[in-house]
Amino acid sequence: MLTARVIPCLDVDGGRVVKGIRFQGLRDAGDPVRRAAAYEADGADELTMLDVSATPQRRSNAHRTVAALRGALSIPLTVGGGVRTLSDAGRLLEAGADKVAVNTAAVRRPPLVAEIARRFGSQCAVVAIDAARRPQGEGWEVVVHSGGERTGLDAIAWAREVEGHGAGEILLTSWDRDGTRRGYDTALIAAVAGAVSVPAIASGGAATPAHLVAAIRAGADAVLAASIFHDGDYGLPCVKAAMARAGIPVRPAA
Amino acid sequence: MSGREAVVCRTGTANLASIFAGLRRAGGAPRMACRAGELLEAHRVVLPGVGAFGAAMATLREDGMAEPLRRRMAAGRPTLAICVGLQLMARASEESPGVEGLGAMAATVGRFPDGVRRPQFGWNAVAAGEGCRLLAGGYAYFANSYRLAAPPPGWHAATADHGGPFVAALERGAILACQFHPELSGPWGVALLERWLALPC
Repeated sequence: MLTARVIPCLDVDGGRVVKGIRFQGLRDAGDPVRRAAAYEADGADELTMLDVSATPQRRSNAHRTVAALRGALSIPLTVGGGVRTLSDAGRLLEAGADKVAVNTAAVRRPPLVAEIARRFGSQCAVVAIDAARRPQGEGWEVVVHSGGERTGLDAIAWAREVEGHGAGEILLTSWDRDGTRRGYDTALIAAVAGAVSVPAIASGGAATPAHLVAAIRAGADAVLAASIFHDGDYGLPCVKAAMARAGIPVRPAA
Repeated sequence: MSGREAVVCRTGTANLASIFAGLRRAGGAPRMACRAGELLEAHRVVLPGVGAFGAAMATLREDGMAEPLRRRMAAGRPTLAICVGLQLMARASEESPGVEGLGAMAATVGRFPDGVRRPQFGWNAVAAGEGCRLLAGGYAYFANSYRLAAPPPGWHAATADHGGPFVAALERGAILACQFHPELSGPWGVALLERWLALPC
């Protein structure tokens, strides 16, 4: 039986992890490779690296980080952040990513998703959707530029559309919950996971193992989280044990 | 040359970094194939594959790789097929009707049934069947929408379940074909690669 995946996320700027500086378990908390290797040893099912570099110069370091991560990891690696073109995607895959996540560029130019899926396969083409509840009315709309711009696109319709373009997976972040530690937006997860047949990864707001359990119960195939692991509040073995106790199939932590 | 050389077949635009890293971790010395003839002669050959069955077969045919691979497998030489690589060994796939596969096994690849997630992305529990020497039980990482529903005759199989049983991997002598990605399946996958690399050539 397919298990629910737990995916730690590293936000990287210029080759350094920029979130979760309270993490205590490692000598160099800002080194993405050390953290990633520790997460793998603890039972992480995949790793996602988001390049949040503010400048193109710092971004050019990302490929070196990806290559270093690849050398250290024997689990899948997804890389996102600033992927604008097919050749951006190709360079990250060549450096060692197994999947590439596109976000704003897909909204600006939806055929990019189909280009990546055709060229590299749907299994490489992750579409990251940042969704915010509409201030009035029902549902969620897609936001881009780190939440700085509301697009008016309905998040569920957009998820269906990118599936049609060949997206192999949807990384769904609740913009209302991200960073709040109030738990995932389970209504959003249920709506999107029920609308598409490709897997949906829940993201945004997780602070406790119960939040991860709730996201899987709402229909997510995987849960992505950053601070819950970085801060050392809960380790992966603890999170996976909680999921297993809740009756969710998980790959046992190492 | 340190380690056990493994010649990797270029089946298109597949991302090879993970396969190279995985083989190195398992004590192998991977390198890309330079010419099609090597695929028959080399001690060990790896047939990776991502993307569509039809596109991958077209690449194999255009580059003259299909025939040496077919002959190599018929001779039972050490070969590791991964993901779509396993599917290419079948006679045909529902994914690309009318395209002939390598035909190393009497099987046709089908799509996962409706009602389960497609692609299957993630770790699935694998059980090794009777007669398996390389394959062992554990958790393996899959990324696929198509699969063999049942093992073809003459092969030992490991199976998993996603909307019904399916073939997780096959082995016959020195030929190992994995629907999952051993290079992304953690220490369990590395151990499997080690066992395949340790086979006598």
